Amino acid sequence: MVEWDFLAVFADFDLLMTGLLNTLKVTGLALLFGVPLGLAFALMRLSTNRPLSMIAAFIIEFFRTTPPLVQLFWFFFALPILIDVRMTPFIAAVVTFSIQSSAFFAEIFRGGIQSIDKGQWEGAKAIGMSYSQSMKRIILPQAVKRMIPAFMERSIELLKTTTLVSTVAYADLMFQANDLAQKTFRPLEVYTVVAVMYFVLIFVFSQLSIAVERRLARSGESTVH
Amino acid sequence: MSEIVRIENLHKSFDKLDVLKGIDLSVSAGETIVLLGSSGSGKSTMLRCVNFMEVPSDGRIYLHGDLIGSEQNGRMNYRESELCTLRTRIGMVFQHFNLFPHMTVEQNVMEGQLTVLKRSQTEARDKARAQLERVGLADKALEYPARLSGGQKQRVAIARALAMDPDVMLFDEVTSALDPELVGEVLKTMRQLAEEGMTMLVVTHELGFAYHVANRVLFLSDGAILEQGEPQQVLKAPKTKRMREFLDGHSLFKLPD
Ligand SMILES: Nc1ncnc2c1ncn2[C@@H]1O[C@H](COP(=O)(O)OP(=O)(O)O)[C@@H](O)[C@H]1O
Ligand SMILES: [Mg+2]
Repeated sequence: MVEWDFLAVFADFDLLMTGLLNTLKVTGLALLFGVPLGLAFALMRLSTNRPLSMIAAFIIEFFRTTPPLVQLFWFFFALPILIDVRMTPFIAAVVTFSIQSSAFFAEIFRGGIQSIDKGQWEGAKAIGMSYSQSMKRIILPQAVKRMIPAFMERSIELLKTTTLVSTVAYADLMFQANDLAQKTFRPLEVYTVVAVMYFVLIFVFSQLSIAVERRLARSGESTVH
Repeated sequence: MSEIVRIENLHKSFDKLDVLKGIDLSVSAGETIVLLGSSGSGKSTMLRCVNFMEVPSDGRIYLHGDLIGSEQNGRMNYRESELCTLRTRIGMVFQHFNLFPHMTVEQNVMEGQLTVLKRSQTEARDKARAQLERVGLADKALEYPARLSGGQKQRVAIARALAMDPDVMLFDEVTSALDPELVGEVLKTMRQLAEEGMTMLVVTHELGFAYHVANRVLFLSDGAILEQGEPQQVLKAPKTKRMREFLDGHSLFKLPD
Protein backbone atom coordinates (compact mmCIF):
# COMPACT_ATOMS: atom_id res chain seq x y z
CA MET A 1 0.00 0.00 0.00
CA VAL A 2 1.38 3.39 -1.01
CA GLU A 3 1.48 6.02 1.69
CA TRP A 4 0.49 9.44 0.33
CA ASP A 5 2.16 12.30 2.09
CA PHE A 6 1.68 15.76 0.67
CA LEU A 7 3.17 17.61 3.64
CA ALA A 8 6.67 17.72 2.21
CA VAL A 9 5.29 19.06 -1.08
CA PHE A 10 3.23 21.79 0.49
CA ALA A 11 6.09 22.79 2.77
CA ASP A 12 7.98 23.79 -0.36
CA PHE A 13 4.96 24.89 -2.37
CA ASP A 14 6.45 28.33 -3.09
CA LEU A 15 9.04 26.50 -5.19
CA LEU A 16 6.24 25.20 -7.40
CA MET A 17 4.54 28.62 -7.47
CA THR A 18 7.75 30.19 -8.73
CA GLY A 19 7.83 27.52 -11.41
CA LEU A 20 4.22 28.21 -12.33
CA LEU A 21 4.92 31.93 -12.67
CA ASN A 22 7.92 31.21 -14.90
CA THR A 23 5.81 28.90 -17.05
CA LEU A 24 3.21 31.64 -17.40
CA LYS A 25 5.93 34.17 -18.18
CA VAL A 26 7.33 32.12 -21.07
CA THR A 27 3.86 31.26 -22.39
CA GLY A 28 2.66 34.85 -22.10
CA LEU A 29 5.69 36.30 -23.84
CA ALA A 30 5.55 33.66 -26.56
CA LEU A 31 1.94 34.69 -27.19
CA LEU A 32 2.76 38.38 -27.05
CA PHE A 33 5.42 38.02 -29.77
CA GLY A 34 4.04 34.95 -31.52
CA VAL A 35 0.60 36.29 -32.40
CA PRO A 36 1.69 39.50 -34.19
CA LEU A 37 4.55 37.60 -35.82
CA GLY A 38 2.07 34.95 -36.93
CA LEU A 39 -0.14 37.65 -38.44
CA ALA A 40 2.87 39.08 -40.26
CA PHE A 41 3.80 35.64 -41.64
CA ALA A 42 0.17 35.05 -42.69
CA LEU A 43 0.03 38.39 -44.54
CA MET A 44 3.33 37.62 -46.25
CA ARG A 45 2.07 34.15 -47.14
CA LEU A 46 -1.11 35.62 -48.68
CA SER A 47 0.77 38.34 -50.52
CA THR A 48 0.69 38.30 -54.31
CA ASN A 49 4.44 38.90 -54.20
CA ARG A 50 5.68 35.38 -54.97
CA PRO A 51 9.13 35.49 -53.35
CA LEU A 52 7.67 37.00 -50.17
CA SER A 53 4.95 34.38 -50.07
CA MET A 54 7.46 31.57 -50.63
CA ILE A 55 9.73 32.78 -47.84
CA ALA A 56 6.81 32.90 -45.44
CA ALA A 57 5.62 29.46 -46.55
CA PHE A 58 9.07 28.03 -45.92
CA ILE A 59 9.43 29.54 -42.45
CA ILE A 60 5.93 28.42 -41.46
CA GLU A 61 6.46 24.88 -42.71
CA PHE A 62 9.88 24.61 -41.16
CA PHE A 63 8.77 25.55 -37.67
CA ARG A 64 5.62 23.46 -37.87
CA THR A 65 7.41 20.31 -38.89
CA THR A 66 10.60 20.30 -36.81
CA PRO A 67 10.33 19.10 -33.19
CA PRO A 68 10.16 21.98 -30.70
CA LEU A 69 12.88 20.37 -28.59
CA VAL A 70 15.28 20.49 -31.53
CA GLN A 71 14.40 24.14 -32.10
CA LEU A 72 14.98 24.93 -28.44
CA PHE A 73 18.37 23.23 -28.40
CA TRP A 74 19.30 24.92 -31.61
CA PHE A 75 18.55 28.39 -30.28
CA PHE A 76 20.19 27.61 -26.94
CA PHE A 77 23.33 25.73 -27.97
CA ALA A 78 23.84 26.34 -31.69
CA LEU A 79 22.89 29.98 -32.25
CA PRO A 80 25.52 31.36 -29.80
CA ILE A 81 28.19 29.60 -31.87
CA LEU A 82 26.97 31.26 -35.07
CA ILE A 83 26.51 34.76 -33.75
CA ASP A 84 27.95 36.35 -30.68
CA VAL A 85 24.94 36.31 -28.37
CA ARG A 86 24.71 35.22 -24.80
CA MET A 87 21.77 32.87 -24.57
CA THR A 88 20.10 32.43 -21.24
CA PRO A 89 17.58 29.60 -20.87
CA PHE A 90 14.89 32.25 -20.53
CA ILE A 91 15.75 34.07 -23.78
CA ALA A 92 16.16 30.80 -25.65
CA ALA A 93 12.75 29.66 -24.42
CA VAL A 94 10.98 32.89 -25.37
CA VAL A 95 12.63 33.09 -28.79
CA THR A 96 11.92 29.44 -29.59
CA PHE A 97 8.31 29.45 -28.56
CA SER A 98 7.56 32.85 -30.05
CA ILE A 99 8.73 31.72 -33.47
CA GLN A 100 7.41 28.18 -33.15
CA SER A 101 3.92 29.32 -32.16
CA SER A 102 3.94 32.13 -34.71
CA ALA A 103 4.17 29.47 -37.42
CA PHE A 104 1.02 27.84 -36.10
CA PHE A 105 -0.73 31.18 -35.55
CA ALA A 106 0.15 32.13 -39.14
CA GLU A 107 -1.78 29.13 -40.40
CA ILE A 108 -4.71 29.95 -38.12
CA PHE A 109 -4.74 33.54 -39.39
CA ARG A 110 -4.49 32.37 -42.98
CA GLY A 111 -7.34 29.91 -42.53
CA GLY A 112 -9.47 32.58 -40.87
CA ILE A 113 -8.78 35.17 -43.55
CA GLN A 114 -9.46 32.73 -46.36
CA SER A 115 -12.71 31.59 -44.78
CA ILE A 116 -14.22 35.05 -45.23
CA ASP A 117 -16.56 35.29 -48.19
CA LYS A 118 -15.11 36.90 -51.31
CA GLY A 119 -18.11 39.24 -51.31
CA GLN A 120 -16.69 41.01 -48.26
CA TRP A 121 -13.61 42.01 -50.23
CA GLU A 122 -15.85 43.18 -53.06
CA GLY A 123 -18.10 45.19 -50.78
CA ALA A 124 -15.07 46.95 -49.32
CA LYS A 125 -13.38 47.46 -52.68
CA ALA A 126 -16.52 48.93 -54.21
CA ILE A 127 -16.54 51.81 -51.71
CA GLY A 128 -12.93 52.60 -52.51
CA MET A 129 -11.14 50.75 -49.73
CA SER A 130 -7.61 49.61 -50.46
CA TYR A 131 -6.34 46.07 -49.83
CA SER A 132 -4.85 46.99 -46.46
CA GLN A 133 -7.90 48.98 -45.38
CA SER A 134 -10.17 46.09 -46.33
CA MET A 135 -7.96 43.62 -44.50
CA LYS A 136 -7.77 45.71 -41.35
CA ARG A 137 -11.34 46.94 -41.11
CA ILE A 138 -13.44 44.27 -42.80
CA ILE A 139 -11.68 40.94 -43.18
CA LEU A 140 -9.54 40.57 -40.05
CA PRO A 141 -12.21 41.53 -37.51
CA GLN A 142 -14.46 38.81 -38.90
CA ALA A 143 -11.64 36.30 -39.35
CA VAL A 144 -10.39 36.78 -35.79
CA LYS A 145 -13.81 35.90 -34.40
CA ARG A 146 -13.77 32.63 -36.27
CA MET A 147 -10.20 31.93 -35.23
CA ILE A 148 -10.82 32.05 -31.49
CA PRO A 149 -11.38 28.31 -30.93
CA ALA A 150 -8.29 27.34 -32.92
CA PHE A 151 -6.35 30.14 -31.26
CA MET A 152 -7.27 28.93 -27.76
CA GLU A 153 -6.42 25.36 -28.63
CA ARG A 154 -3.04 26.41 -29.92
CA SER A 155 -2.34 28.51 -26.82
CA ILE A 156 -3.07 25.54 -24.59
CA GLU A 157 -0.81 23.41 -26.76
CA LEU A 158 1.88 26.06 -26.33
CA LEU A 159 1.50 26.05 -22.56
CA LYS A 160 2.00 22.30 -22.52
CA THR A 161 4.98 22.42 -24.86
CA THR A 162 6.78 24.91 -22.65
CA THR A 163 7.52 22.01 -20.25
CA LEU A 164 10.41 21.37 -22.65
CA VAL A 165 12.26 24.40 -21.32
CA SER A 166 13.12 22.45 -18.18
CA THR A 167 15.65 20.59 -20.36
CA VAL A 168 17.74 23.75 -20.74
CA ALA A 169 17.44 24.39 -16.99
CA TYR A 170 14.88 27.14 -17.13
CA ALA A 171 13.03 27.09 -13.81
CA ASP A 172 9.50 26.50 -15.11
CA LEU A 173 6.91 24.47 -13.26
CA MET A 174 8.26 21.18 -14.60
CA PHE A 175 11.84 22.03 -13.72
CA GLN A 176 10.85 23.00 -10.18
CA ALA A 177 8.85 19.80 -9.86
CA ASN A 178 11.88 17.70 -10.81
CA ASP A 179 13.89 19.65 -8.29
CA LEU A 180 11.37 19.15 -5.54
CA ALA A 181 10.87 15.49 -6.32
CA GLN A 182 14.58 14.86 -5.87
CA LYS A 183 14.75 16.93 -2.74
CA THR A 184 11.78 15.36 -0.99
CA PHE A 185 11.96 11.83 -2.42
CA ARG A 186 8.22 12.24 -3.04
CA PRO A 187 7.84 12.04 -6.86
CA LEU A 188 4.37 10.58 -6.60
CA GLU A 189 2.98 13.51 -4.63
CA VAL A 190 5.02 16.15 -6.45
CA TYR A 191 4.00 15.07 -9.95
CA THR A 192 0.41 14.58 -8.85
CA VAL A 193 0.27 18.14 -7.54
CA VAL A 194 1.95 19.44 -10.68
CA ALA A 195 -0.49 17.57 -12.90
CA VAL A 196 -3.38 19.09 -10.96
CA MET A 197 -1.81 22.55 -11.29
CA TYR A 198 -1.51 22.21 -15.06
CA PHE A 199 -5.03 20.86 -15.22
CA VAL A 200 -6.50 23.74 -13.22
CA LEU A 201 -4.54 26.30 -15.23
CA ILE A 202 -5.66 24.91 -18.57
CA PHE A 203 -9.20 24.25 -17.39
CA VAL A 204 -9.63 27.85 -16.24
CA PHE A 205 -8.10 29.06 -19.48
CA SER A 206 -10.42 27.00 -21.66
CA GLN A 207 -13.48 28.02 -19.62
CA LEU A 208 -12.42 31.60 -20.11
CA SER A 209 -12.14 31.06 -23.83
CA ILE A 210 -15.60 29.52 -23.99
CA ALA A 211 -16.98 32.56 -22.17
CA VAL A 212 -15.22 34.89 -24.61
CA GLU A 213 -16.61 32.96 -27.56
CA ARG A 214 -20.13 33.16 -26.16
CA ARG A 215 -19.85 36.88 -25.58
CA LEU A 216 -18.61 37.48 -29.11
CA ALA A 217 -21.35 35.33 -30.53
CA ARG A 218 -23.91 37.41 -28.65
CA SER A 219 -22.48 40.89 -29.20
CA GLY A 220 -22.15 40.68 -32.95
CA GLU A 221 -23.95 37.90 -34.69
CA SER A 222 -22.98 34.97 -36.81
CA THR A 223 -20.65 35.98 -39.61
CA VAL A 224 -23.29 35.21 -42.18
CA HIS A 225 -24.17 38.21 -44.30
CA MET B 1 -26.89 66.63 -71.21
CA SER B 2 -23.39 66.31 -69.89
CA GLU B 3 -21.61 63.02 -70.25
CA ILE B 4 -20.75 61.17 -67.04
CA VAL B 5 -19.19 57.94 -68.29
CA ARG B 6 -17.80 57.07 -71.68
CA ILE B 7 -16.71 53.56 -72.57
CA GLU B 8 -14.66 53.11 -75.72
CA ASN B 9 -13.87 49.81 -77.37
CA LEU B 10 -14.01 47.89 -74.11
CA HIS B 11 -12.55 44.39 -74.28
CA LYS B 12 -12.25 41.89 -71.49
CA SER B 13 -11.02 38.35 -71.62
CA PHE B 14 -10.33 35.79 -68.94
CA ASP B 15 -7.44 33.64 -70.12
CA LYS B 16 -8.65 32.41 -73.52
CA LEU B 17 -12.29 33.39 -73.00
CA ASP B 18 -13.24 36.64 -74.74
CA VAL B 19 -16.15 37.97 -72.75
CA LEU B 20 -16.42 41.55 -74.00
CA LYS B 21 -15.52 42.18 -77.62
CA GLY B 22 -15.57 45.93 -78.06
CA ILE B 23 -18.25 47.85 -76.21
CA ASP B 24 -18.92 51.54 -76.76
CA LEU B 25 -21.28 53.45 -74.55
CA SER B 26 -21.84 56.99 -73.43
CA VAL B 27 -23.86 57.62 -70.29
CA SER B 28 -25.34 61.07 -69.75
CA ALA B 29 -26.08 62.69 -66.42
CA GLY B 30 -29.37 61.53 -64.97
CA GLU B 31 -29.77 58.67 -67.39
CA THR B 32 -30.92 55.23 -66.30
CA ILE B 33 -29.63 52.51 -68.60
CA VAL B 34 -30.79 48.94 -68.24
CA LEU B 35 -28.51 46.18 -69.46
CA LEU B 36 -30.24 43.00 -70.59
CA GLY B 37 -28.75 39.75 -71.78
CA SER B 38 -28.87 36.07 -71.08
CA SER B 39 -26.78 34.51 -68.35
CA GLY B 40 -23.10 34.52 -69.18
CA SER B 41 -23.40 37.20 -71.84
CA GLY B 42 -21.00 39.44 -69.94
CA LYS B 43 -23.32 41.91 -68.18
CA SER B 44 -21.58 41.64 -64.82
CA THR B 45 -18.18 41.81 -66.44
CA MET B 46 -19.16 44.98 -68.26
CA LEU B 47 -20.42 46.68 -65.08
CA ARG B 48 -17.36 45.53 -63.16
CA CYS B 49 -15.05 47.01 -65.77
CA VAL B 50 -16.69 50.42 -65.33
CA ASN B 51 -15.50 50.69 -61.72
CA PHE B 52 -12.44 48.53 -62.33
CA MET B 53 -13.45 45.66 -60.10
CA GLU B 54 -12.12 43.97 -63.23
CA VAL B 55 -9.36 45.61 -65.20
CA PRO B 56 -10.28 45.84 -68.89
CA SER B 57 -8.06 43.94 -71.31
CA ASP B 58 -8.34 46.79 -73.78
CA GLY B 59 -10.24 50.00 -74.32
CA ARG B 60 -10.70 53.26 -72.49
CA ILE B 61 -13.05 54.48 -69.83
CA TYR B 62 -13.65 58.15 -69.10
CA LEU B 63 -15.33 59.69 -66.08
CA HIS B 64 -16.48 63.28 -66.66
CA GLY B 65 -14.28 63.30 -69.73
CA ASP B 66 -11.14 62.32 -67.83
CA LEU B 67 -9.41 59.17 -69.04
CA ILE B 68 -8.96 56.59 -66.28
CA GLY B 69 -5.37 55.38 -66.14
CA SER B 70 -2.52 56.45 -68.34
CA GLU B 71 -1.33 55.12 -71.65
CA GLN B 72 2.18 53.78 -72.05
CA ASN B 73 3.41 52.15 -75.26
CA GLY B 74 -0.14 51.55 -76.41
CA ARG B 75 -1.13 49.81 -73.17
CA MET B 76 -3.23 51.21 -70.39
CA ASN B 77 -1.67 51.47 -66.95
CA TYR B 78 -3.68 51.77 -63.77
CA ARG B 79 -2.44 52.76 -60.34
CA GLU B 80 -4.29 51.10 -57.48
CA SER B 81 -4.66 54.38 -55.59
CA GLU B 82 -6.24 56.00 -58.65
CA LEU B 83 -8.70 53.11 -58.92
CA CYS B 84 -9.63 53.37 -55.24
CA THR B 85 -10.44 57.03 -55.69
CA LEU B 86 -12.39 56.23 -58.83
CA ARG B 87 -14.46 53.65 -56.99
CA THR B 88 -15.58 56.23 -54.46
CA ARG B 89 -17.17 58.10 -57.36
CA ILE B 90 -18.85 55.05 -58.85
CA GLY B 91 -21.20 53.26 -56.48
CA MET B 92 -21.87 49.56 -56.89
CA VAL B 93 -24.59 47.32 -55.48
CA PHE B 94 -24.31 43.54 -55.66
CA GLN B 95 -26.69 40.64 -55.92
CA HIS B 96 -25.62 39.32 -52.51
CA PHE B 97 -25.52 42.69 -50.71
CA ASN B 98 -22.03 42.18 -49.28
CA LEU B 99 -22.86 44.12 -46.14
CA PHE B 100 -20.32 43.96 -43.33
CA PRO B 101 -21.89 41.64 -40.75
CA HIS B 102 -19.71 42.78 -37.85
CA MET B 103 -20.93 46.36 -38.13
CA THR B 104 -24.29 47.91 -37.49
CA VAL B 105 -26.31 49.26 -40.40
CA GLU B 106 -25.15 52.77 -39.61
CA GLN B 107 -21.50 51.71 -39.33
CA ASN B 108 -21.82 49.99 -42.70
CA VAL B 109 -22.95 53.25 -44.26
CA MET B 110 -20.26 55.24 -42.41
CA GLU B 111 -17.33 52.93 -43.15
CA GLY B 112 -16.30 54.21 -46.57
CA GLN B 113 -16.87 57.79 -45.52
CA LEU B 114 -14.54 57.38 -42.55
CA THR B 115 -11.75 55.22 -43.94
CA VAL B 116 -11.69 56.37 -47.54
CA LEU B 117 -13.15 59.88 -47.67
CA LYS B 118 -11.75 60.72 -44.19
CA ARG B 119 -14.93 62.46 -43.14
CA SER B 120 -15.39 63.20 -39.45
CA GLN B 121 -17.53 60.89 -37.29
CA THR B 122 -20.22 63.54 -37.02
CA GLU B 123 -20.35 64.24 -40.71
CA ALA B 124 -20.32 60.54 -41.60
CA ARG B 125 -23.07 59.77 -39.12
CA ASP B 126 -25.29 62.62 -40.36
CA LYS B 127 -24.75 61.51 -43.92
CA ALA B 128 -25.45 57.88 -43.05
CA ARG B 129 -28.68 58.83 -41.30
CA ALA B 130 -29.74 60.92 -44.28
CA GLN B 131 -29.07 58.11 -46.74
CA LEU B 132 -30.85 55.55 -44.55
CA GLU B 133 -33.78 57.94 -44.42
CA ARG B 134 -33.67 58.13 -48.20
CA VAL B 135 -34.03 54.35 -48.55
CA GLY B 136 -36.63 54.22 -45.79
CA LEU B 137 -34.52 52.53 -43.12
CA ALA B 138 -33.76 55.29 -40.63
CA ASP B 139 -35.21 53.18 -37.82
CA LYS B 140 -32.77 50.31 -38.52
CA ALA B 141 -29.58 52.37 -38.07
CA LEU B 142 -28.46 50.52 -34.96
CA GLU B 143 -29.40 46.99 -36.02
CA TYR B 144 -26.94 44.43 -37.29
CA PRO B 145 -27.49 43.33 -40.91
CA ALA B 146 -28.31 39.76 -39.80
CA ARG B 147 -31.53 41.06 -38.29
CA LEU B 148 -32.79 42.57 -41.54
CA SER B 149 -34.80 41.04 -44.37
CA GLY B 150 -33.15 40.63 -47.77
CA GLY B 151 -34.93 43.67 -49.14
CA GLN B 152 -33.82 45.78 -46.20
CA LYS B 153 -30.24 44.54 -46.54
CA GLN B 154 -30.21 45.52 -50.17
CA ARG B 155 -31.52 48.98 -49.37
CA VAL B 156 -28.75 49.38 -46.77
CA ALA B 157 -26.26 48.39 -49.46
CA ILE B 158 -27.73 51.09 -51.68
CA ALA B 159 -27.45 53.63 -48.85
CA ARG B 160 -23.84 52.58 -48.27
CA ALA B 161 -23.01 53.29 -51.90
CA LEU B 162 -24.98 56.56 -51.95
CA ALA B 163 -23.19 57.85 -48.85
CA MET B 164 -20.03 58.23 -50.90
CA ASP B 165 -21.82 60.80 -53.13
CA PRO B 166 -21.11 58.87 -56.31
CA ASP B 167 -21.54 60.34 -59.79
CA VAL B 168 -23.02 57.11 -61.08
CA MET B 169 -24.45 53.94 -59.56
CA LEU B 170 -24.03 50.38 -60.85
CA PHE B 171 -26.60 47.73 -59.96
CA ASP B 172 -25.78 44.10 -60.70
CA GLU B 173 -28.93 41.94 -60.47
CA VAL B 174 -29.68 43.41 -57.09
CA THR B 175 -33.07 41.73 -56.80
CA SER B 176 -32.07 38.29 -58.07
CA ALA B 177 -31.31 36.87 -54.61
CA LEU B 178 -34.49 38.20 -53.02
CA ASP B 179 -37.72 36.45 -52.20
CA PRO B 180 -40.31 37.58 -54.75
CA GLU B 181 -42.30 39.58 -52.21
CA LEU B 182 -39.20 41.66 -51.35
CA VAL B 183 -38.26 42.59 -54.90
CA GLY B 184 -40.75 45.45 -55.08
CA GLU B 185 -39.32 47.51 -52.22
CA VAL B 186 -35.84 47.48 -53.76
CA LEU B 187 -37.10 48.33 -57.24
CA LYS B 188 -39.12 51.16 -55.74
CA THR B 189 -36.01 52.57 -54.08
CA MET B 190 -34.15 52.37 -57.38
CA ARG B 191 -36.99 54.03 -59.23
CA GLN B 192 -37.00 56.83 -56.69
CA LEU B 193 -33.25 57.31 -57.21
CA ALA B 194 -33.74 57.46 -60.96
CA GLU B 195 -36.45 60.07 -60.52
CA GLU B 196 -34.19 62.11 -58.25
CA GLY B 197 -31.78 62.29 -61.18
CA MET B 198 -29.16 59.70 -60.20
CA THR B 199 -27.19 58.33 -63.15
CA MET B 200 -27.60 54.56 -63.14
CA LEU B 201 -26.40 51.50 -65.00
CA VAL B 202 -28.65 48.59 -64.10
CA VAL B 203 -28.31 44.90 -64.89
CA THR B 204 -31.64 43.25 -64.20
CA HIS B 205 -34.10 40.68 -65.42
CA GLU B 206 -37.02 42.84 -64.25
CA LEU B 207 -38.40 43.87 -67.61
CA GLY B 208 -41.10 45.92 -65.91
CA PHE B 209 -38.41 48.08 -64.34
CA ALA B 210 -36.64 48.42 -67.69
CA TYR B 211 -39.87 49.39 -69.38
CA HIS B 212 -41.02 51.97 -66.86
CA VAL B 213 -37.82 53.44 -65.50
CA ALA B 214 -35.03 53.12 -68.08
CA ASN B 215 -34.25 55.86 -70.53
CA ARG B 216 -32.37 53.38 -72.61
CA VAL B 217 -32.16 49.59 -72.82
CA LEU B 218 -29.11 47.72 -74.09
CA PHE B 219 -29.15 44.09 -75.09
CA LEU B 220 -25.83 42.36 -74.67
CA SER B 221 -25.15 39.25 -76.67
CA ASP B 222 -21.88 37.49 -77.44
CA GLY B 223 -19.86 40.22 -75.77
CA ALA B 224 -21.29 43.05 -77.84
CA ILE B 225 -24.28 45.36 -77.75
CA LEU B 226 -26.74 43.79 -80.16
CA GLU B 227 -29.63 46.21 -79.73
CA GLN B 228 -30.20 49.46 -77.94
CA GLY B 229 -32.80 52.15 -77.77
CA GLU B 230 -35.79 53.40 -75.87
CA PRO B 231 -37.43 50.68 -73.78
CA GLN B 232 -40.74 50.85 -75.69
CA GLN B 233 -38.92 50.23 -78.93
CA VAL B 234 -36.43 47.58 -77.80
CA LEU B 235 -38.83 45.62 -75.60
CA LYS B 236 -41.89 45.79 -77.82
CA ALA B 237 -40.40 45.81 -81.27
CA PRO B 238 -37.09 43.98 -81.09
CA LYS B 239 -35.18 43.94 -84.35
CA THR B 240 -33.16 40.78 -83.91
CA LYS B 241 -34.12 37.16 -83.50
CA ARG B 242 -31.82 36.82 -80.47
CA MET B 243 -33.56 39.62 -78.67
CA ARG B 244 -37.00 38.18 -79.49
CA GLU B 245 -35.95 34.79 -78.11
CA PHE B 246 -34.58 36.43 -74.99
CA LEU B 247 -37.84 38.30 -74.43
CA ASP B 248 -39.91 35.16 -75.02
CA GLY B 249 -37.94 33.50 -72.24
CA HIS B 250 -39.07 36.27 -69.92
CA SER B 251 -42.78 35.91 -70.55
CA LEU B 252 -43.04 35.37 -66.81
CA PHE B 253 -42.51 39.06 -66.33
CA LYS B 254 -45.33 40.34 -68.40
CA LEU B 255 -45.10 43.71 -70.03
CA PRO B 256 -47.88 46.22 -69.84
CA ASP B 257 -49.77 46.68 -73.15
N1 LIG C 1 -13.27 36.14 -62.85
C1 LIG C 1 -13.58 35.36 -63.90
N2 LIG C 1 -12.72 34.43 -64.33
C2 LIG C 1 -13.00 33.65 -65.39
N3 LIG C 1 -14.13 33.71 -66.11
C3 LIG C 1 -15.05 34.63 -65.73
C4 LIG C 1 -14.83 35.49 -64.61
N4 LIG C 1 -15.90 36.30 -64.48
C5 LIG C 1 -16.75 35.95 -65.45
N5 LIG C 1 -16.25 34.95 -66.21
C6 LIG C 1 -16.90 34.34 -67.39
O1 LIG C 1 -17.27 35.38 -68.25
C7 LIG C 1 -18.53 35.11 -68.84
C8 LIG C 1 -19.48 36.25 -68.57
O2 LIG C 1 -19.75 36.31 -67.20
P1 LIG C 1 -20.66 37.42 -66.56
O3 LIG C 1 -20.13 38.75 -66.93
O4 LIG C 1 -20.76 37.11 -65.11
O5 LIG C 1 -22.06 37.19 -67.27
P2 LIG C 1 -23.50 37.65 -66.86
O6 LIG C 1 -23.37 38.63 -65.72
O7 LIG C 1 -24.07 38.28 -68.08
O8 LIG C 1 -24.25 36.42 -66.47
C9 LIG C 1 -19.00 33.79 -68.27
O9 LIG C 1 -18.69 32.78 -69.19
C10 LIG C 1 -18.19 33.64 -67.03
O10 LIG C 1 -17.95 32.30 -66.73
MG1 LIG D 1 -24.05 38.51 -63.73
